Amino acid sequence: MKLSKKISISTLVFVMILTLLLSGCSQSSKPAATSDQGSSQSAGQKIKVAFVYVGPVGDFGYTYAQDQGRKYLESHMKNVETTYVENIPETADCERTFTDLAQKGYNIIFGTSYGYMDYMKDVSKKFPNVVFEHCSGYKTTANLGTYFNRDYQARYLTGMVAGKYTKSNILGFLAPFGTPEVIRNIDAFTLGAQSVNPKVQVKVVWTNSWNDPATEKTAANSLIDAGADVLAMHVDSPSFAQTAQDRGVLAIGHDSDMSKFAPNSILVGDVSNWGPYFVQVVKEVMNKTWKPTQYFGGIKDGGVIDITPFSSKVDKDFQAIVNAKRQDIIDGKFVPFTGPVYDQNGNLKIKDGDKATDEMLLSINWFVKGVVGSIPKS
Amino acid sequence: MKRKLLGSWEIKKTNTSSGLKKVVISVTSIILGLIFAGLFVLLTGKNPLELYTEIVQSSVGSIYGLSETIVEMIPLALCSLGVSLAFRMQLWNIGAEGQFYMGAFGATYFALFFSGLPKLVLLPLMLLAGLICGGLWALIPALPKAFWNVNETISSLLLNYVAYLWIAYLVYGPWKDPKGNNFPLTKPFSDNGTIPVFGNTRISYALFLMFIIAVILFFILKHSKWGYEIRVSGSSRKAADYAGMSYIKNVLLVMFLSGSISGIAGMAEVSGVLHRLQQTISPGYGYTAILIALLARLNPISILLVSFLMGGLLVGGYSLQTSGFPSSMVSMFQGSILFFVLAGEMFNNYRLVRKKA
Repeated sequence: MKLSKKISISTLVFVMILTLLLSGCSQSSKPAATSDQGSSQSAGQKIKVAFVYVGPVGDFGYTYAQDQGRKYLESHMKNVETTYVENIPETADCERTFTDLAQKGYNIIFGTSYGYMDYMKDVSKKFPNVVFEHCSGYKTTANLGTYFNRDYQARYLTGMVAGKYTKSNILGFLAPFGTPEVIRNIDAFTLGAQSVNPKVQVKVVWTNSWNDPATEKTAANSLIDAGADVLAMHVDSPSFAQTAQDRGVLAIGHDSDMSKFAPNSILVGDVSNWGPYFVQVVKEVMNKTWKPTQYFGGIKDGGVIDITPFSSKVDKDFQAIVNAKRQDIIDGKFVPFTGPVYDQNGNLKIKDGDKATDEMLLSINWFVKGVVGSIPKS
Repeated sequence: MKRKLLGSWEIKKTNTSSGLKKVVISVTSIILGLIFAGLFVLLTGKNPLELYTEIVQSSVGSIYGLSETIVEMIPLALCSLGVSLAFRMQLWNIGAEGQFYMGAFGATYFALFFSGLPKLVLLPLMLLAGLICGGLWALIPALPKAFWNVNETISSLLLNYVAYLWIAYLVYGPWKDPKGNNFPLTKPFSDNGTIPVFGNTRISYALFLMFIIAVILFFILKHSKWGYEIRVSGSSRKAADYAGMSYIKNVLLVMFLSGSISGIAGMAEVSGVLHRLQQTISPGYGYTAILIALLARLNPISILLVSFLMGGLLVGGYSLQTSGFPSSMVSMFQGSILFFVLAGEMFNNYRLVRKKA
């Protein structure tokens, strides 16, 4: 029993040491000391920009597109030094990552996943001299702005292509979570498909993850088994397109040009090009004109969202039709969510001739008529 | 038992294994594990020393780092204490992750629907709810185990996914914050539903719970008759039956307590750190906890120490990236350390000796 006595004494010592350390913690005020770094940089000094990603840069989808933007920023601006951290979960851990980066003297920090929202808000208050930019959220502070693109514009156009090339009139859609962003994309895709093919249906399968290639493959197979002959998705990886190609069906890419992964299947896709926006933010910060805004750029804003080149399977005449629609969107002559738009139950959601407001688009929680599947809700 | 090895050396089984020897072997194994992982760092063209420095620097080198290490340590240690209790009885409860989520669920129920209660009433209620939900979740695999000897390893593991999806249902559905723009989060807990923290750190007073539970477990296991019963029932059910110990009762009780400790961890996480329920509340604490329990040889006090180390490794791992190392480095480190510790285990029971001529 001597040994156990020894151990309980060492426990006591351990507890005491920890308590001491903790009381030390509560007395210090760590953020104040380091947060000055942000303001002390002058024109000659390098601006340090950090990016926090939810997935790996090698996902060849969402995170890949954000990282391409980072590379664009680095090659288009002098005096800018960038870094990134990947695979940062949307849990308490991300708060530490943002704090860590702010303490290491980064002047601008981009967080690219909606789940970072509240953590970025908290950290931004602790580091008033650091500029934070959050992709896809809706909360801002004095030094936290948000940015996103009008993904639904490109979605509508790729939906047109899907609607044109389906033979079974069933399109399959892999969706991660029932967030407004995902629902808006599915709706726009469906409306685009219906505009060229009123009989079309869009079947939705939930994968419950932004990036889970194995589940995505299974989900793609189940959609094909259910009769879908064109697949689309709003997850982060191109694995669904490889499945589509193996099974001999068509696919629509998303976030980055995915044609190299399934050249026989991919017809077209949307592509996010964040680089110019990142450059704009950094320039504003350098000129001290940056203000927290809720940026929501569309096709007309220099490629922040657009469609990829068409595959040779899409015939030239139809390409011209889609391109004309794209031009109408740029010119403001056409808005994808123009009434009458009905929800799945046939309720009129947008009146004839009305257009969806940004507020509606950013908080949309209903599927349009023609979508088969339900949003997880009460 | 003797086994032949190379030349004049042989491996001999030893019956004695002193405490000091165990410590020396564990520490040596961890160091070898770090060196082995360092070789891979070298392959990527970076300096492993720089990486070790970065891990230490960011996890314990500053007050902030240290406080974050303790933030990670609390859920790790609690879950690990939970599973270690079941492991003592050779009940392989792999379901700490699910019990953690269910504990968070129970606590959130009271935080959301009784948010007006005073703190001194609401927090104990949440704790109790977390404890009971975690415990009941662990009872589900315990019942078939106790009565029909159904393997609890698989059933407890699979229930993790059920718990995860249950939380998903709640945050996407009935518990979604109506003012949250349809994002899958509950509304933030009221002030009364949150555990206070130390100063401006993120360490909540759940730290005390961790110490109290560790000390209680230590005394139960080492000094109580029931602790002895658990160990006997674990090594041989027949022996336990002969001695008049109720195997069924002990399986149910141990699994319930095991789950309830992980449930408390879940409560502490939502109430002390996150202040709301969301889809992902754990980066795999319940799984890392199993690793910790094994590394700590199920000793509650060692569990605290190993949890602190693992917490530091997690914290260091995230900041490794900001210094230019790949994110997978930390998983590789954990794997390497585990490999060497398990391999080192052999030297507790065997010895390399020179053959007598």
